[in-house]
Amino acid sequence: MTQPNPLRDPRDRRLPRIAGPCGMVLFGVTGDLSRKKIMPAIYDLANRGLLPPGFSLTGFARRDWADQDFAQIVHDSVKAHARTEFREEVWKQLAEGFRFVPGDFDDDHAFDQLRRTIEELDEERGTGGNHAFYLAIPPGFFGDVVGQLKEHGLSTPRDGSWRRVVVEKPFGHDLESARELNATLGEVFPPGSVFRIDHYLGKETVQNILALRFANEMFEPIWNNTYVDHVQITMAEDVGIGGRAGYYDGIGAARDVIQNHLLQLMCLVAMEEPVSFDAENVRIEKEKVLASVQLPARLDKTTARGQYAAGWAGGQKVEGFLDEDGIKKSSTTETYAAVTLNVATRRWAGVPFYLRTGKRLGRRVTEVAIVFKRAPHLPFAASSVEELTQNALVIRVQPDEGVTLRFGSKVPGTQMEIRDVNMDFVYGGSFTEESPEAYERLILDVLLGDPPLFPRHEEVELSWKILDPILAHWAKQDANGKGRPEAYPSGGWGPKSADDMLARDGRTWRRP
Amino acid sequence: MIELMDTNAAQIAAEFTRARARAGSPAMGMVMTLVIVVDEDDAEDAMKAARAASHEHPARVLGVILGDGRGAPQVNAQVGTGSGWSGETAVIRLSGEVVKHAESVVLPLLLPDSPVAIWWPNHPPEDPAADPLGRLAQRRITDAASATRGKTRAIHHQCQVYTPGNTDLAWTRLTPWRALLAAILDQRPVKVTSASVTAERISPSADLLAAWLVDRLKIPVERKNSNGPGITEVVLRTNQGDARISRPDGKLAVFSVPDRPDRPVALKRRELPELLAEELRRLDEDDVYAETARRLVALEGKRTK
Repeated sequence: MTQPNPLRDPRDRRLPRIAGPCGMVLFGVTGDLSRKKIMPAIYDLANRGLLPPGFSLTGFARRDWADQDFAQIVHDSVKAHARTEFREEVWKQLAEGFRFVPGDFDDDHAFDQLRRTIEELDEERGTGGNHAFYLAIPPGFFGDVVGQLKEHGLSTPRDGSWRRVVVEKPFGHDLESARELNATLGEVFPPGSVFRIDHYLGKETVQNILALRFANEMFEPIWNNTYVDHVQITMAEDVGIGGRAGYYDGIGAARDVIQNHLLQLMCLVAMEEPVSFDAENVRIEKEKVLASVQLPARLDKTTARGQYAAGWAGGQKVEGFLDEDGIKKSSTTETYAAVTLNVATRRWAGVPFYLRTGKRLGRRVTEVAIVFKRAPHLPFAASSVEELTQNALVIRVQPDEGVTLRFGSKVPGTQMEIRDVNMDFVYGGSFTEESPEAYERLILDVLLGDPPLFPRHEEVELSWKILDPILAHWAKQDANGKGRPEAYPSGGWGPKSADDMLARDGRTWRRP
Repeated sequence: MIELMDTNAAQIAAEFTRARARAGSPAMGMVMTLVIVVDEDDAEDAMKAARAASHEHPARVLGVILGDGRGAPQVNAQVGTGSGWSGETAVIRLSGEVVKHAESVVLPLLLPDSPVAIWWPNHPPEDPAADPLGRLAQRRITDAASATRGKTRAIHHQCQVYTPGNTDLAWTRLTPWRALLAAILDQRPVKVTSASVTAERISPSADLLAAWLVDRLKIPVERKNSNGPGITEVVLRTNQGDARISRPDGKLAVFSVPDRPDRPVALKRRELPELLAEELRRLDEDDVYAETARRLVALEGKRTK
């Protein structure tokens, strides 16, 4: 890009960014992720006119399919899950770019065919040698696939074109495996060409955290340990593990959610103002947060874990985790995890960050709550402020995206009775009803080569450094029989040990 | 919908508050006020479009219907919330002398401290920015293509009276075309030597597109006629051959650039709610439209000289 495009103008903000000529190769086309998220997002992007003309999607799987069979799978998934209206003409032009290559990950012949397919696409559809490889497959196969890509010359771009690889969590299961995984990918693709998807970072409300903090004057002055008492970051799911026993057993809630989503949310809440909002500068600030995290000395008192028990959730009778198909009775995989983290910086010293996540909890909700200290002095009778708790600023990530401010207010008609009230800003029903899915934004960013929303391997490794001692502590408890995940009733808010964990600090969990 | 006969702004405002309390959500999540000045005949369609756009931009929508200016002044209103609206709505019918003083009804109903957009779905005032209602707004939306006669003159006129904050849906309609044309030059930075825009004989959007290309690329642009619908083809001539986007049916276009296979690309003519939603997304001055409008006026001046 030597000379600027005269038709583009930074002031012309109506013009959407359209990806340049390119194609995507999707490994693992039959998985949930592909069918529920990736394929619909690709259609939605096409419908919004953001994919380049001639965009092509190549499926690779161990299925005896022709191109049309693959197109049918995509068609069904788009019909069922796409966000935008189904339009025949959009579908037609998109479907012309569908190809399918059958084969195993160790099948040289199949990868040869994949290379030929891509070369043909460059010829027929003008994809220009630019291709993204989306590995929607278990990480155990990453090594095989990227090895094959390298061997068959698929990973090296010609001059003036690009090759990128897209991977999903889990990014390993501990520091060591994460390093191995990064080494595997790094052998074939340079760091700038590896895109790790943490779909939380594609969410509008998560991006709004940075807008809220750094575009406003009234929050940042109180965003520190002078005013903030503690921070609670919650991601609760109302469902169980469903049919994912094979994936979930041995992984558990901490690896599945805390390592990526919750630590990323914590970074955005805790980080200092970046020099600018480009990828490099935001990453530097996020890494500083992760690097300054310190674990409390007594992990037995500052962490909690649990497994959901059989019971009633939302009016339905549900099975306990240990009764789920494919889960051993003796499994110590946690479905609930809560941890206490300290961010050792001048801004956050003495402000604990409580992170919790779990399955089969009361409702599906993700939120960040900044809980403020009590007013140093209350010039009211003690009885007037009995119902007044601590002020809080809650960033609701999903569902019902928005911001809640919680403060005390006089109850009308009483002499002086002060009670908590909520002031809501609803982002969801308003701005975002028409706003894109996280996957649309992220896939488009991959095709544009725009990296700010993707965690780099340094962040992944730092996250594991935080989590590894906790996981080791739990494993030790399991081994010497001193503890195991506590059963908690389905449909509630987690095990008692998690409540005790906060009670020791004189605090309670918000009911989200 | 609550009917208020022979009413005034204070009563309409009080009804907004009551309606919110009745709906059980007294909080206001609205981000702007949208004023629609419209005929009785087109009021329903315009309000429908605003309703769809209000999903993305929750707004207090005030439909102002200017009736017969003779007779005793009267203000009637229908006030409502909910049921498909993510905001509040009032249709205010004015007749008699108050028709000339519509701003006196609208001003007290603007949401505090938030932006105001105004939209004339059909007959815009001579100078939107000088109009008493237009002055209340920082975004003034006209639609030259809605003029029943003299659409071409309508867009030239809007460009002549351009004031920061003005915009025309004829410009909004061009965004997908402009995006694709920009994509051609993203892909290969070649020198464009001349261009042509083919469209229905009368097409304010096509005139604007030609003016935009002249302004950005400093090249001669030929304006050719076809049977439509809308714009049917744009060609950029370069020293490496022609790059072309043609859309004969208003839905699907063919994208062709030199040395590359032709590719189909969806390029659907968009409906009013989508156009309105795009317009409301940004409320600051549209510099590129300003330059394009200036260029259109200059080109027209040269042509008629």
